[in-house]
Amino acid sequence: MLFLHCQQPRVPSPSASAPPFRPRVVSVAAPLSVRVTGGRRGRAVVAMASADARLAGIASSIRVIPDFPKPGIMFQDITTLLLDPKAFRDTIDLFVERYKDQGITVVAGVEARGFIFGPPIALAIGAKFVPLRKPKKLPGEVISEEYSLEYGTDKIEMHVGAVQANDLALVVDDLIATGGTLCAAVKLIERVGAKVVECACVIELPELKGRDKLGDKPVFVLVEADA
Amino acid sequence: MGEQENNKIGGGGGGGGNNAMAVDEAASAKGKSVGAADPRLQGISDAIRVVPHFPKPGIMFNDITELLLRPGVFKDAVDMFVERYRGMGIAAVAGIEARGFIFGPAIALAIGAKFIPLRKPKKLPGEVFSESYVLEYGMDCLEMHVGAIEPGEHVVVVDDLVATGGTLSAAIRLLERAGANVVECACLIGLPKFKDFYKLNGKPVYILVESRK
Repeated sequence: MLFLHCQQPRVPSPSASAPPFRPRVVSVAAPLSVRVTGGRRGRAVVAMASADARLAGIASSIRVIPDFPKPGIMFQDITTLLLDPKAFRDTIDLFVERYKDQGITVVAGVEARGFIFGPPIALAIGAKFVPLRKPKKLPGEVISEEYSLEYGTDKIEMHVGAVQANDLALVVDDLIATGGTLCAAVKLIERVGAKVVECACVIELPELKGRDKLGDKPVFVLVEADA
Repeated sequence: MGEQENNKIGGGGGGGGNNAMAVDEAASAKGKSVGAADPRLQGISDAIRVVPHFPKPGIMFNDITELLLRPGVFKDAVDMFVERYRGMGIAAVAGIEARGFIFGPAIALAIGAKFIPLRKPKKLPGEVFSESYVLEYGMDCLEMHVGAIEPGEHVVVVDDLVATGGTLSAAIRLLERAGANVVECACLIGLPKFKDFYKLNGKPVYILVESRK
């Protein structure tokens, strides 16, 4: 059985150097449970009806592709969400509503699907957009953070000077799985002295325990799915 | 090189400030003064950083990441494309991985169009069309999902920069194979020849500013 619900935001501990972050609740409590087995045409992400009908539309627009990129992996494909202008609009609006009055000065997007969701959020809240990229893509001086993969390691990079010590940052990606990439992104930004107030993803795979990897760092997602 | 033809959206444009290209057919099409430089273009041009010898010696790389750090300028760039394409029945904006992903979605959202990512091989999970193209040394490939386009839909292709046009040409071919009508290619930055409505595969290319050396 697969179901979707909105995450109640966890309030981070107030820090001495930054104003307390007051997350807003996106979904109203007392959700109704709607479960569907299988799903039409492979859509195995299902909406749990809540006061926010937008989430139901977003969840149903995400396509699941079995055995990609490897056998056994159920790939959550957001390209079908992008083909649905209302669902895409609603996705961005839900993030913007949450973050627009929080004093966020930087939205960092993880290459490549974080580049799709991050910039519209940044534009709407008046924040800088900082691309976090695979090695050797950024042309200027960079700082790098290595992270573990199932087999081996990978690296993400950020331009020196893009983020300043007094920035309040949001990290955006399409999906959080194990949390490895997001964790590296948070470290990269905090190494220059900025504070990451939250990580924002469209989808979470809770079984992979990405939140544990991120520790105290809050994660906000719109939909959950089975790994 | 190819032939130069009239851009089908407007007449000509011209003029501009230092390094700022004012190709203002959209403005002239909407009845504003022909040839006047849009004041936003100066900020856009100034925000582009040139990084010498990247990724290889001899290449002057036009880097848009500085522009992304200036919210007002980033918004101006997106607004200029939105003003051009809004109300033209554009069903989809196709963005080329990865920097086309930074600009394309915001344009798509503002004009109510779909966003279609055109990706490097093996990134898209479902059934895809693939189009190979020639690089200076070797080949590369661009892919698009089958079913992203309905035949006859009007599409704009977006990338940050156009140089030789190899990648954009591949994108046009990919979209046309799926039955799309590619209306225009839109880039923030382009080689100077593109300011004179130089066409790629017969399609107009609209650029905001010229690339700098």
